[in-house]
Amino acid sequence: MSRDGNVYPLNAQESDNEIAIKPKKDLFTRGVFAFGAVFFLFCLYQLNIDYSNLLAGTVDFITMLGEMFPPDVSEWKYVIPAAIESLQVAILGTVIAVVISLVLAFLAAENLAPNNLVASIVKGFATLMRVIPTIIWALIFIVAVGLGPLPGVLAIAVHSLGMLIKVFAQSVEEMDDGKIEALRASGANWIQIIAQGVIPTVVTALLSWTILRLEIDIGESTILGLVGAGGIGWELTRAMRSYDFNAAFFIAMVIFVMIFSVEMLSNRLKLKV
Amino acid sequence: MNPILQVENLKKVYSDGTVALNNINFEVHPGEFIVVIGPSGAGKSTLLRCINRLVEPTSGDVVFKGKKINKIGARQVKQVRREIGMVFQNFNLIDRLSVVNNVLHGRLGYTGTIKGALGLFSKKDIAEAEEILERVGLSKQKYKRADELSGGQMQRVGISRALAQRPRLILADEPIASLDPASSKIIMDHIFTICKEDKITAIVNLHQVDVAMKYATRIIGIKSGEVIFDGQPSHLTKNIIDEIYSNAKQPLVNAQ
Repeated sequence: MSRDGNVYPLNAQESDNEIAIKPKKDLFTRGVFAFGAVFFLFCLYQLNIDYSNLLAGTVDFITMLGEMFPPDVSEWKYVIPAAIESLQVAILGTVIAVVISLVLAFLAAENLAPNNLVASIVKGFATLMRVIPTIIWALIFIVAVGLGPLPGVLAIAVHSLGMLIKVFAQSVEEMDDGKIEALRASGANWIQIIAQGVIPTVVTALLSWTILRLEIDIGESTILGLVGAGGIGWELTRAMRSYDFNAAFFIAMVIFVMIFSVEMLSNRLKLKV
Repeated sequence: MNPILQVENLKKVYSDGTVALNNINFEVHPGEFIVVIGPSGAGKSTLLRCINRLVEPTSGDVVFKGKKINKIGARQVKQVRREIGMVFQNFNLIDRLSVVNNVLHGRLGYTGTIKGALGLFSKKDIAEAEEILERVGLSKQKYKRADELSGGQMQRVGISRALAQRPRLILADEPIASLDPASSKIIMDHIFTICKEDKITAIVNLHQVDVAMKYATRIIGIKSGEVIFDGQPSHLTKNIIDEIYSNAKQPLVNAQ
């Protein structure tokens, strides 16, 4: 029964006689670049920075570094618990953000959202949370719930949520739609498709985003102390304001060791994922 | 015998104006092994997806076991889908899960939301999934991750997943297009013999005419969204094949 000959004739007649159309130049992109260049020159002129300060400042900075030495470790009893508090604030905030974003990201991903309106609403909501910096969120929450670690946790959770919804949804959107289609075709419902199909497929991406976010949040939680949202940042501000540079140096070292060790740990973890 | 599936005046126009299907009519009787042939872009995939409503038809009816499934709600669609297994060109397995877990996905429609989501399938379902894997010769691979398998093995898992649904109808969308000739033969043999043994009706999209001639009890030829041949393989002449595949790359009809 099998047939000889090519059942897929090549259509030679249609390919070569089209007129080549020169692509239009993208005026928008060019305009943005031109404006950017002009605006940069304007900034240089307008800000009128006195660059001689740079030299004097460097000398002052080196002198100050000299004064900072040796670090004053006498207040470790306050500094270490404050560092741990920063770590706790970061972990708590990140975990809250991860849990909430795991629900919202699936509503924001266009290949899973019930409809496009829901996806755009959730994405808009995520953008709003993301564009407001953590430290501004902290100031807002300090007004709402008072000083201490709580506004720090909330600020980190809200800002991280904005980013995690976006990146989680993107990871889900990059997934091969055929896999989702296959589960739909078997009669599975939305929750089953996510739990049995989507999460196993994107789990490595979710984990590496989570680890990256935790790294950023540990950095941010140290800053939050500056505005009174608890942790080691508060100790650093206090030491600097009372010109206790030796104590400040010790605190800075603790922050460095903390962030650095978290980074080492997460690099090891990323290799495993 | 009543037809298991009737497709009446089926039309699908995508939102960009492409007419993928136009006035499609055919009936499928239980036990038939129908092969749909046609060039890429002819509307074969859209046709299969309109049958289990992965794609919403624009107009016309799809009647499965006497029920108009283009008129029913989302919950009922899921119930109808349970009875229609689907096999895909790209297998569409969940790579990081085990082979047996992928087969058990065929049972999700019969399992509660929470149990299904957590992967807590009944002992009976698991035993049955293992039985199916034995049938397609993959019992040794059942605990392997799906992405450790070869293409032909993956497609056998895809078939097993469809079988786990205990379907009345199997839709196979280019099941051998991503496979080498040897695996292709194994896959087509499995689909054919299993459908025969289990009295499952099948609609298979293919673009290899010789493969279609070998297995089909009936061939439907589609070109630019319209049926231009529907009959026994012996009636498919060279002229008709040439007609189906001529000007294959012409754009589809535009709505405007």
